[in-house]
Amino acid sequence: MTDHPLSLHVPEPGCRPGDEPDFSDFEVPKAGAVRRPAIDEAPEKMRDMAFSIVRVLNRKGEAVGPWAGTLSGDELKQGLRDMMTLRHFDDRMLKAQRQGKTSFYAQHLGEEAVACAFRRALEDGDMNFPTYRQAGLLIAGGYPLETMMNQIFSNARDPLEGRQLPIFYSSKDHGFFTISGNLGTQFIQAVGWAMASAISGDTRIAAGWIGDGSTSESDFHAAMVFASTYKAPVVLNVVNNQWAISTFQGMARGNAGTFAARGHGFGIPSIRVDGNDFLAVHAVAKWAAARARAGHGPTLIEHVTYRAGAHSTSDDPAAYRTKHEFDAWPLGDPVARLKAHLVTLGIWSDERHIQADAEILDEVMAAQKKAEACGTMISGPAPSPRSMFERVYAEMPDHLRRQRQEAGY
Amino acid sequence: MAQMTMIEAIQSAHDVAMDRDERVVVFGEDVGYFGGVFRCTAGLQEKYGSHRCFDAPINESGIVGAAIGMAAYGLKPVVEIQFADYMYPAYDQIVSEAARIRHRSNGDFTCPLVIRMPTGGGIFGGQTHSQSPEALLTHVSGLKVVIPSNPRDAKGLLMAAIDDPDPVIVLEPKRLYNGPFDGHHDRPVVPWKKHALGDVDDGHFSIPLGEAAIYRPGSDLTVLTYGTMVYVAEAAANETGLDVEIMDLRTLLPLDMDAIETSVAKTGRCVIIHEATRTSGFGAELSAVVQETCFYALEAPVTRVCGWDTPYPHAQEWAYFPGPDRVAAAFRAVMEA
Repeated sequence: MTDHPLSLHVPEPGCRPGDEPDFSDFEVPKAGAVRRPAIDEAPEKMRDMAFSIVRVLNRKGEAVGPWAGTLSGDELKQGLRDMMTLRHFDDRMLKAQRQGKTSFYAQHLGEEAVACAFRRALEDGDMNFPTYRQAGLLIAGGYPLETMMNQIFSNARDPLEGRQLPIFYSSKDHGFFTISGNLGTQFIQAVGWAMASAISGDTRIAAGWIGDGSTSESDFHAAMVFASTYKAPVVLNVVNNQWAISTFQGMARGNAGTFAARGHGFGIPSIRVDGNDFLAVHAVAKWAAARARAGHGPTLIEHVTYRAGAHSTSDDPAAYRTKHEFDAWPLGDPVARLKAHLVTLGIWSDERHIQADAEILDEVMAAQKKAEACGTMISGPAPSPRSMFERVYAEMPDHLRRQRQEAGY
Repeated sequence: MAQMTMIEAIQSAHDVAMDRDERVVVFGEDVGYFGGVFRCTAGLQEKYGSHRCFDAPINESGIVGAAIGMAAYGLKPVVEIQFADYMYPAYDQIVSEAARIRHRSNGDFTCPLVIRMPTGGGIFGGQTHSQSPEALLTHVSGLKVVIPSNPRDAKGLLMAAIDDPDPVIVLEPKRLYNGPFDGHHDRPVVPWKKHALGDVDDGHFSIPLGEAAIYRPGSDLTVLTYGTMVYVAEAAANETGLDVEIMDLRTLLPLDMDAIETSVAKTGRCVIIHEATRTSGFGAELSAVVQETCFYALEAPVTRVCGWDTPYPHAQEWAYFPGPDRVAAAFRAVMEA
């Protein structure tokens, strides 16, 4: 017998800068092809759901199959409006960052449908534990754009008084838990919130959010164990947008199976959905929320999408992935797909779209004007340094009071 | 009033808190049906049901992370980390989350959470059942850290921790669970049932966080200590015949700086004792506070008696442990300086 020297396997994406984009190994099932199990179907009977992709919108823009029909025409128009708002918001804030008005920004380009559609499946009072790429939850929930911008500019009206990195919003009233920059921590907290709701005999549910890369974190495992053990009323969302900064999604899953399939070992029903299909995301979210509310416990949803922009304003994707990958991305653009559907329904048109786009841009710019009047990071009033000593605790202890005085505030 | 061990006092605190506030929920590894490996939660599941006191999977990050979510919801979770040595998987949840949620959300969300953990050695627990990680917690803005040294304080501080609107870490010196261990490991320990500090009120009472206690007044020198070392200091004081003032800090964060200043200004000498390793230990903070506030009153260098900077050993436990002989030697040295 010969001793073979061992070598380490390090997964690599199919293409890197300079290569042609290649999604040939990415299987896209036909819209309408995936079944819709009853919400009380036994988890072990629906394992197939983790290996396909629920899709509702076909190439002609029609809604087809068992997951279609969860939203009215008016709701769909509002959904389109939410996504278009988020896209303009992103665009304006990205430019504001380049102008030095804020220190940091992360956009949602290409994955707007995920949070915007999901929010529409929740009730007021439910609680999200989001990552930094779910601002759609706030926009679809009616949170004021101006307040979001005040936070981004860390200005005098920032509700967080300059404590947090831009885009790390918090709004209890809008079911949006304060964002952490330490990835994965909030996934288990969502499970805890849901457990508390169950302990209290409440009817509200929680939703946890995590990215494909962060599923590697121990807290992903912690959340899955606790959700499974206590059958917590929680919807656990993995947003697989293919890239964790420069690291392709295969690094987090050994380039094998799917993220949804990770739920199987925990006995958690797990389902993949076309994250760029507003109708599919909503239908699957509604199904998972209904399971939670009916006492059937957690659901793991893998939203398959694509991060068309940079991770944040701190990286340049041209350095690690091929340039035209988004153009080749098989699931397309969520805004264009929903727009086409509305046109097919006869309740939208190119003209109305152009008009709506202009109106939304005006709204976003008007909000920005108001926010900038309250200050940005290069001009105008900023929160008082005195504020940083406040609310470390409910009551300021002596040592902090002394330090605040020493600092001169 | 009743005579209680520290374990019974902790049980009683849970019981009273759960009885008066249905938002209090208790969970952790083995804490439900079995009542905890040290029995601190015995009887709670039976009395309050398994939705308010239950076992958790072996995942400390999960225990603390879930508790943070519950606290954000509006419950008051009281969780047990089975040994302080096991808190490290939960450290991110403690430091980056529990301690920061009020501040980072500007009060939009809060985290009224109690994390109990048995701490310290003296039970032949080796390096994974003996550690004293208080300095890793006192370094964290947003936390409160308490460490009782007797049954009465154990109950009163735990009740105050449960009533507190912010996250509180309760370190329980496991060597004191059954009696006031003074470091003479070859002698029997007087049980709490025969000790004045084992006399504990049955009902609700609390000891304010942030207030030190003078365990024993004196004029020769001040000892700043907490937990098990209170009794080691007492033994050394008796053995040296010195008039030692022993301050039981009880709360490490926020620290009772006024009490420290008053005592050291009076005695002019200060010995700091803890079981944790010396370098960057909590004694370093105490030493700095004394130097900053009492420098002109000092008659001798501020001295530390601590665990050696090694992992906590098993067979060499008593060579590691800062026992009465090492403490007495420090007392004599500061008196001769």
